[in-house]
Amino acid sequence: MNATAEAVTSSHPAAWSVDPKETVMDCRLKKIFYGDFLAVRDSIVPIERNKITGFIGPSGCGKSTVLRSLNRMNDLIPIFRFEGSVTYHGQDIYDKSIDPVLVRRYIGMVFQQPNPFSMSIYDNVAFGLRLNRFKGNMDERVEKALRSAALWTEVKDKLKNSGLSLSGGQQQRLCIARAVATEPDVLLMDEPCSALDPIATRQVEELMLELKENYSVALVTHNMQQATRVADTTAFFSVDISQGGRTGYLVEMGETRQVFEDPQAELTKEYVSGEFS
Amino acid sequence: MTGNISEAVLEQDLASLPQLKGSLLEGRGLKSRIYTGITWLLAILASLPLFSVLFMLIAEGGARISWETLTELPPAAFEYGGGIGPAIVGTAVMVGIGAAISIPIGILAAIYLAEIDPHTKLAHTARFLAKVLTGFPSILAGVFVYAALVVAMKSYSAWAGGIALAVLMLPTVILTAEEALKQVPQRMKDAAYGMGCTRAQVIGKVTLPTGIPGVVTGVLLAVAGAAGESAPLLFTALFSTYFLNGWEGLSEPTSSLSILIYNFSGMPYENQIELAWTASLVLVLIILVFNILARVLGRQKY
Repeated sequence: MNATAEAVTSSHPAAWSVDPKETVMDCRLKKIFYGDFLAVRDSIVPIERNKITGFIGPSGCGKSTVLRSLNRMNDLIPIFRFEGSVTYHGQDIYDKSIDPVLVRRYIGMVFQQPNPFSMSIYDNVAFGLRLNRFKGNMDERVEKALRSAALWTEVKDKLKNSGLSLSGGQQQRLCIARAVATEPDVLLMDEPCSALDPIATRQVEELMLELKENYSVALVTHNMQQATRVADTTAFFSVDISQGGRTGYLVEMGETRQVFEDPQAELTKEYVSGEFS
Repeated sequence: MTGNISEAVLEQDLASLPQLKGSLLEGRGLKSRIYTGITWLLAILASLPLFSVLFMLIAEGGARISWETLTELPPAAFEYGGGIGPAIVGTAVMVGIGAAISIPIGILAAIYLAEIDPHTKLAHTARFLAKVLTGFPSILAGVFVYAALVVAMKSYSAWAGGIALAVLMLPTVILTAEEALKQVPQRMKDAAYGMGCTRAQVIGKVTLPTGIPGVVTGVLLAVAGAAGESAPLLFTALFSTYFLNGWEGLSEPTSSLSILIYNFSGMPYENQIELAWTASLVLVLIILVFNILARVLGRQKY
């Protein structure tokens, strides 16, 4: 196809419309640049309250970039440029007056590689609380966070041990505990199970289903089956090479069941049936 | 017919079975053993000077080690007894001054080079200069501080000696601290940013604490090196036979172990020569202690 692939913007017939009262974050991006390279364009991605929104798509389609734009993590890359808006609690977090550091304190992030700090398990979980000058009962909050991450029973007798002494799956759950300790309302998870074995993956997936009762989750996954198991809503991104570059864009977004069983776009149909990845 | 052919094939196969038994004196086994033996020999050869020096120092200087020797004033000509007390204090004080200057500056520079702006022209130039200065001739550090400070103060002093040592310590501190900070995994820093830390908080709460063991190693090695320096002290602290006299004493010529060894070993008095040996042993022991500390403290806690 020589024509520019159609992205799902608000005028697109396949745009996923969500009740604004149920939207905790609304990403309306026009363009994302890395220097001169147009990485992602024209995507409207609402994140719904207390649901898991999965981002799927082939490699290079920009799903991690979009996820990281939701808490302004990409700002750490000097050549990054975001055109558009991300509305969070009624404010555009890309507005000039907004401090990205404060944004990140309200939004938790879990990364692909488990990355606990080189400190005790307790200190890892308490890190965010101390950062935000939490004055209440620290022990109680740490226990609550570790319980939310289904890690408490395994580590309650060794809270002073290093976070790095845990197994991979436990480390990732520690990172989740760390992220939820400050009780943010949104959790961003960038392929959190990629570095884990199948059993640890299952545990983290079950954890995600429990977490959505209290948090709104945006999940990037390269594993389609994981999206079907875990995500309520799925956003499918793909790469547009028609203009000579490789630019990601949102192809289709909707209820997971509908995206996988009755995809509207041809590209979606091809992807979910495994014709390309 | 088929039977004959298969028999012939079988015989040929058996004849070409691999020879698996190793042989002590033949071919590759022998070469490997010879090379291993040569490596052992060279390792022993390389450690000979170190151990022989240590042995000689213990033999010659060990006899004189006592509380008196370590605390008393040095003897004048033809005197008996006496000690190296002022030299130990002087070395400690001047190394301390050097450390107090080079450690904060060095660590801050390392933070800049590793974290804040690693790729600017300034960073590249600074790194290059630090690498060049690690090979800076120590006597030139003394000459530089002589011209800059001793002439202006019109006196040799512990300050000048300390500053000359700081000049020599600084490149080592910067480069080893920078490497230690670069070892901190990027994903740990990402986690800190993700939690909403400013860059200063990431450095203060994550990068520095995680990299401290490596930084400490570098600092202690720099200190050990400075303790043994003699040339830079020649033009800056000169020498003294008295203990440092309070704060004013810092602006006066100061004793040091390395210069004491230099002076006393050239004297024709046996007492002084004995003390020079003892001072040498003490100096080596100080350096040994710092090196051991550097290794022990440099182990990652977690």
